[in-house]
Amino acid sequence: MSRAAVPGTLKIAFKLLVNDRGKFAALLVGILFAVFLMIMMTSMFSGILKRSSATVLNVGARVWIMDPAVNNVASSIPMPDYVLDAARSIPGVKYAVPLYSSVALVKLRGGTYQAATVIGLDDASLFGRPQLLQGNIQDIYGENAFVVVKDAEFSKLGNPGLGSEFEINDHRGKIVGIAHVATSGLFGIPTLYTTYSRAVSYIPSMRYTAAFILVQPKSDAAIPAIQKAVARLGYQALTEDQFVQKVSDFYIYQTGLGTNVLLMTIISFTVGLSISAQTFYTFILENLEKFGALKAIGAKGRELVLMILFQATFTALTAYGLGVGLATLLMTVARLRLPGYAAEITYLNLVLAFVMVLVIAAISSLIGIRKVIRIEPFDIFRG
Amino acid sequence: MSTALQAVRLTKWFGEGEARTLAVKEVSFEASFGEILYIVGPSGSGKTTLLSMISGILRPNEGQVLVEGSDLWHQSDDAIADFRLHKVGFVFQDYHLFPRLTTAENVAIPLILKQVPWNEALVRAHGFLEVVGLANKAELPPVKLSGGEQQRVAIARAIASEPDIMIFDEPTASLDGDTGRKIVSFVKEHILNARRCIVIVTHDSRIFEYADRIMNMEDGRLTGIANGGLHES
Repeated sequence: MSRAAVPGTLKIAFKLLVNDRGKFAALLVGILFAVFLMIMMTSMFSGILKRSSATVLNVGARVWIMDPAVNNVASSIPMPDYVLDAARSIPGVKYAVPLYSSVALVKLRGGTYQAATVIGLDDASLFGRPQLLQGNIQDIYGENAFVVVKDAEFSKLGNPGLGSEFEINDHRGKIVGIAHVATSGLFGIPTLYTTYSRAVSYIPSMRYTAAFILVQPKSDAAIPAIQKAVARLGYQALTEDQFVQKVSDFYIYQTGLGTNVLLMTIISFTVGLSISAQTFYTFILENLEKFGALKAIGAKGRELVLMILFQATFTALTAYGLGVGLATLLMTVARLRLPGYAAEITYLNLVLAFVMVLVIAAISSLIGIRKVIRIEPFDIFRG
Repeated sequence: MSTALQAVRLTKWFGEGEARTLAVKEVSFEASFGEILYIVGPSGSGKTTLLSMISGILRPNEGQVLVEGSDLWHQSDDAIADFRLHKVGFVFQDYHLFPRLTTAENVAIPLILKQVPWNEALVRAHGFLEVVGLANKAELPPVKLSGGEQQRVAIARAIASEPDIMIFDEPTASLDGDTGRKIVSFVKEHILNARRCIVIVTHDSRIFEYADRIMNMEDGRLTGIANGGLHES
């Protein structure tokens, strides 16, 4: 007589679990708390990393040439003009343009100062220009013209409209366009776009002015050769993805950010694991005699194992769903109150938390399974 | 009466070497369909150990348990589990009902283990609760029932798998004398039939009158078999 595990036994397992409301709630809260913390921590980390590469993502150049010592967009090292000329002469380069990137102080009409990122676009092509919400991009060639990005930091410039004026390094500035970009910056300061030549003339510069050189290759196949040619010049050419990765690596490995987030994630995992493993163990202990009675009645060991695995998995997945929901809710509320709130749930965050939850479920159930496998029906008779 | 099971020189000890304790020593007997067989004796006499060996729960060190002509303990673990599920009904001393399930769900457990669909198992469980007079308590959790009622739920669960052999471990231990007698009387009248054998471990002399035969054990040995209270010795 052979029997397979049946859904009926899982229904018994389900009822044993959820009808013990106190224990079930404690299990849910333990894992939910862990999932919530893991999602929050990793999402904030993802949000910060994405924002750290905001300029790279917003400009959207296929290849970026920079000094090899540059490890993030904010600390660019200007390059001499010959690098631009050399880049333009590399076979496989369709075109190459300079990009100016710096931080300048803006004096507002009220007399207050506000730091702003100024990005100077190549005068001829305006390559990397943002999408305009208001105004005409051709007006950027007008006198003192700037385009302001309408993001979370927009209000720090006094919510300027078209025609609004300000001072930048004793030069008059005038808003001729209001733009939208895909990603806001990390440092909480507004962004202004203008032409490369105006940026260079308005903002105090070092001997060299090109922070980056943006390259459009003739084809993707040409990129490795371009990178080699640039390396021979003593500079570095990175694709957009490589540059984003380099910036991320900087924040992960060369600042305390990565370590701190990793530690917090491990702590969240440990707290969730200890709460759920302890509660699940107590739950199994309380039901141990009942599992023994089931064994005496004729349940096989694998059926009991399946019941415990089902209980642990069901609890873990329910708590996972609730944890993700709670984290999403909190982030949504936070964004309503703080438009610059940098947190973003990515598939990787979800998968990471899911894997950790499965590990919690596996460890919790293993402890229970060991006890249940060892219980002898004879112990039930002996009391 | 045909033989339901036969125990042949069953022996069981626990521990090894100097720590070895002999629990049951070469006990042989037969239990027949249609009879109630009591195993009685003082505490530590080996009653429960013997009961566990004949019901497929505890493997003997020596001897055989013959059921339908074959030795139970020469079968695989899965086959022995199936034997317990299909051939044996257990009524435990402490009932071991699941407090988080309803009474009907408790009774349905053996049916669910036998892969009977959930709803059908519950319908049949209601039928077995009717047999023990508790159909109106089907949706209550066992903790809401009295001790005697819980005992009857345990009986309903034991008969749900329609077993050939029913095993009762100290069925009156947690009940007052009157309720205990009522329970055993009920078992004799409604649960026992010509295709079923009932084995009861007890040391409650107040219910001896319901036995067909009484096996007496002392120090792990069978010291005698007598006819029960309704028979002439």
